[in-house]
Amino acid sequence: MSVEVAIPEGYVKIFSKPRALSDAKYTYCPGCHHGIITRLVAEAIDELGILERTVGIAPVGCAVFLDRFFNCDFVQAAHGRACAVATGIKRARPDLVVFTYQGDGDLAAIGTAETIHAANRGENITVIFVNNGIYGMTGGEMAPTTLPGQRTTTTPLGREPRLHGFPLKISEMLAQLDGPAYITRQAVFDYKHIVRAKQAILKAFRNQLEGKGFSLVEILSTCPTNWRMSPADAGRWVAEEVVKTYPLGDLKDVG
Amino acid sequence: MPKGIVVVDKERCKGCGLCIEACPFGVLGFSSEYNSSGYQVVYMEHPDKCTGCAICANVCPDVALEVYRQEPAKEAA
Repeated sequence: MSVEVAIPEGYVKIFSKPRALSDAKYTYCPGCHHGIITRLVAEAIDELGILERTVGIAPVGCAVFLDRFFNCDFVQAAHGRACAVATGIKRARPDLVVFTYQGDGDLAAIGTAETIHAANRGENITVIFVNNGIYGMTGGEMAPTTLPGQRTTTTPLGREPRLHGFPLKISEMLAQLDGPAYITRQAVFDYKHIVRAKQAILKAFRNQLEGKGFSLVEILSTCPTNWRMSPADAGRWVAEEVVKTYPLGDLKDVG
Repeated sequence: MPKGIVVVDKERCKGCGLCIEACPFGVLGFSSEYNSSGYQVVYMEHPDKCTGCAICANVCPDVALEVYRQEPAKEAA
């Protein structure tokens, strides 16, 4: 980071970019919560000191360029298959720390089967599930997680559940299974929730280090560009509306 | 002397304004500068009000902010 301001003596640095992140600029849109979530994962990797033995699985979607942003190894999986790729890597090299970072179009639509079966087998991996209720990268089409009444480019009059189905609650579904160790839903629309989301991500990684099994952290995100909102309004919409359909909190925790 | 200093990486900032919204003391604002990507970047509009809480840096989606805080004065032994 280029510091142009001379810092006077007596000041200590209390916040800067985590070591696990590279100098590459994010390709996310302005104000997208993806950037916060990516940083929280990097901070968790830093705090656990596992950068040298971490392998991430990038999805298809807005986070497809994760390998550029992180300093650890990365595999870019076929659309939706991140949990299957993670299973293979973790089983072949149990000493590695393996995590996937997927959006709702990747994990909850085309990759539903892979996700459910990885969870049901209790694979010892960490899954970061970024849910913004829309297909961001491809132009704002309806996703399975889109809220009823929400306007997207493929539901211009709003999602009609009788025609388009109901929002798919992946975390609630997975919490019913015996396999997963930890399923939680978090958000990052304000500082308090960012701190909680960070703790959840840390726990999901610790579970893997302790061999507890499948941990999934769903994080409600914004898509200011495709929601046609300012970044601040998008955050407020998550806080006021999205949490009604997707309530926050731990859904399963075997301790 | 302000308790905190926020350093903005002008090339990383995308001018989303989430830090301006989140700052409890109204320290940050949009400057008249634009970066090479065409985004209007933030700056410390009221540097004297900064307490170095780093909430701005925590909500910044682009990791564009670095925060420095004044060390507490050491007590005489």
